[in-house]
Amino acid sequence: MLDTITDVLFLKDHNTRVVVISVMLLGVSSGVIGAFLLLRKRSLMGDVLSHATLPGLGLAFATMTALGYSGKSLPGLLLGATISGALGLLLMLAIRSTTRLRDDVAMGFVLSVFFGLGVAVLGMVQKMPGANAAGLESFIYGKTASMVLQDAQLIGGVALLISVLAVLFKKEFTLICFDDGYAAAQGWPVILLDVVMLALVTCVTVIGLQAVGLILIIAFLIIPATAARFWTHRLEYMILLAALIGALSGWLGASFSGIFGNMPAGAIIVLVAATIFLFSMFFGRARGLVPRLQDQLRLKRRVGRQHLLRAAYEILEQQPGPLANVPVDRNSLFEHRSWSRREFNRFLAHAQVEDHLETCTDDEILLSESGFGEAARMTRNHRLWELYLIRHADIAPSHVDRDADMVEHILGAEMVRQLEVELGNPGHFSSSPHTISSK
Amino acid sequence: MSWTTFDTWIAVTGMLCAISCAIPGCFLVLRKMSMMGDAISHAVLPGLAIAFFATGTRDSLPMFIGAAGVGILTALFTQWISQFGQVDRGAAMGIVFTTLFAIGLILIVRAADHVDLDASCVLYGAIELTPLDMVRLGPFELPRAAAVNGTILLVNLVVVILLFKELLISSFDPGLTDTLGFSPGFMHYLLMTMVAVTTVAAFESVGSIIVIAMLIVPAATALLISRRLVPIIIIACGVGSASAWLGHYLAIRIPPLFGISDTSSSGMMAFAAGILFTLAWIFAPNEGLIARFMRNRGGRDQPARDLTGV
Repeated sequence: MLDTITDVLFLKDHNTRVVVISVMLLGVSSGVIGAFLLLRKRSLMGDVLSHATLPGLGLAFATMTALGYSGKSLPGLLLGATISGALGLLLMLAIRSTTRLRDDVAMGFVLSVFFGLGVAVLGMVQKMPGANAAGLESFIYGKTASMVLQDAQLIGGVALLISVLAVLFKKEFTLICFDDGYAAAQGWPVILLDVVMLALVTCVTVIGLQAVGLILIIAFLIIPATAARFWTHRLEYMILLAALIGALSGWLGASFSGIFGNMPAGAIIVLVAATIFLFSMFFGRARGLVPRLQDQLRLKRRVGRQHLLRAAYEILEQQPGPLANVPVDRNSLFEHRSWSRREFNRFLAHAQVEDHLETCTDDEILLSESGFGEAARMTRNHRLWELYLIRHADIAPSHVDRDADMVEHILGAEMVRQLEVELGNPGHFSSSPHTISSK
Repeated sequence: MSWTTFDTWIAVTGMLCAISCAIPGCFLVLRKMSMMGDAISHAVLPGLAIAFFATGTRDSLPMFIGAAGVGILTALFTQWISQFGQVDRGAAMGIVFTTLFAIGLILIVRAADHVDLDASCVLYGAIELTPLDMVRLGPFELPRAAAVNGTILLVNLVVVILLFKELLISSFDPGLTDTLGFSPGFMHYLLMTMVAVTTVAAFESVGSIIVIAMLIVPAATALLISRRLVPIIIIACGVGSASAWLGHYLAIRIPPLFGISDTSSSGMMAFAAGILFTLAWIFAPNEGLIARFMRNRGGRDQPARDLTGV
């Protein structure tokens, strides 16, 4: 058993090797082209095209049979599929540009009508005298395991070609993905580029039909690209990663289905890809759920710390006599801002960890040396911002909504000095420029 | 081949199914979620398989519950992935339904060793066979599929009439819906449930092709003809039933031209809907290609006429 597993995984057997490599190439090409589709918000294009190829498959089969050839010759079927996919594509673009119906309706229309026609055509083909249409269904579920050598080579070759073309067109595709209006204004032939992109999708879809099946090629076009999007904000890396994920799921999926005998390869490939997607969705560095939650938590803590220290400092200021670091009543600190009891306690706990508090009892808290300094700095910066916004409102809008700590970086030393003069004695600042509303 | 009572029943079943799909379809199209029907009808496969494993029979009711449950889950998962993962809705939908379909396919292949649960039969259904399965309903005897789809049609009608205002507002302005005090999320899931139940009911009796087509194409056709919601819904129902009738007619009339007895009626019904859409696309009063062309020509001549004072 172990031998079989290693044999399959490391492609010892020549026949498996060719099949697995061609599925991996398919994964690469659909990952690359899928990345552009995702950014163009047309991920479901594979869905539409794979359904739109059906009447072409049926008609190609019928024509070849009527002419006396074998109806199931792969190049002929692929040609028929490509033609009807392309027709569906043109119809979609025509509906979009001459009616007020949106992309999604145009896609749904082409998908359902072509699919219906395809089923009707296949219904006729299967009743054709002298035709052996059994096995045409394999286009719907894929038949990776029983792919013959020539088919695999054809699929692998086309997949490689498509990947190269997609990379060559990278600049143009990027342009129409991110700003097609700008592209049009710059004089780029947007519709033509759209057609080129979708033609590549058609090719991937058509060759994928044979390898992983009509419905699962859709997954190949969508899942690797979407998973890659979670890891990076840069297009180059995203394309590369999508290609890698596509290849990886193709390799693992095709191998597993080889190991477990009668499992449909397309389905296993999709499940592998879906697992990678789930992992990326949670842990992807750029947009994953967990990193995003961590960022939010960090920001919340930072803001909480600033609020706590400033509140303490403002209370200390209101006390009679010279400003000194004396214990602050916990209750009045709590009532100084509108925060919930839980938040308040959490911020206090964090402040203690960060050494900003000397003592923290149920009645009162005392800022530590560093905490007091930090509080003074924070309050000063905050007031400088407020003053800036009030006095220099005409230039403010571009600089507002920043962290209080950034005051020097953004406003420049000159402006800060001027503000400090306006605020009064720089060492000991009077109260906030706007009245502090306490509850 | 001549038209028989049998054919009438097939066409009537198709019409009932088409109308019950066209009603929620109008809202789907308005909400830019046209692909939802396609996604749900593919995704229900594991629901069917699980219901089959759980009960060990191919009874309609457990199958229906399993499939409708997974259908609603599809909508939920799509919503979650697009919301929490900040993924484009189309991509989220694609991920969910292909994964569910893959799971369903594996379950069915596992089951196929022991039982007869044919994936292609589940997917395509067979509207041609519906009149073989008649049920008695009071004084009438009608195909079970017609009864099922008729019931769903009634339920959909009642929901849309009762909640017409809410559906209308939440389709066009979710923000306003919120301000007016009823939840746009609730309306979304209500519509999704409606779509899932309709899809599965039709799917189970007549196959997925009709459903996918009838959710979108009649509504799209109606949108080309009118801009008001009530006429849109009525026109969509009309287009749906007309294409069901025309589709079955084509399915038994075209194949004999090639010496073949007949072909899939449901496929032809979808295709007939496409023909009706194309007609509307060309001839619609304001949005049609001809109307547009005339308007453009008129527009081009107008300045000249103004100048010459003719």
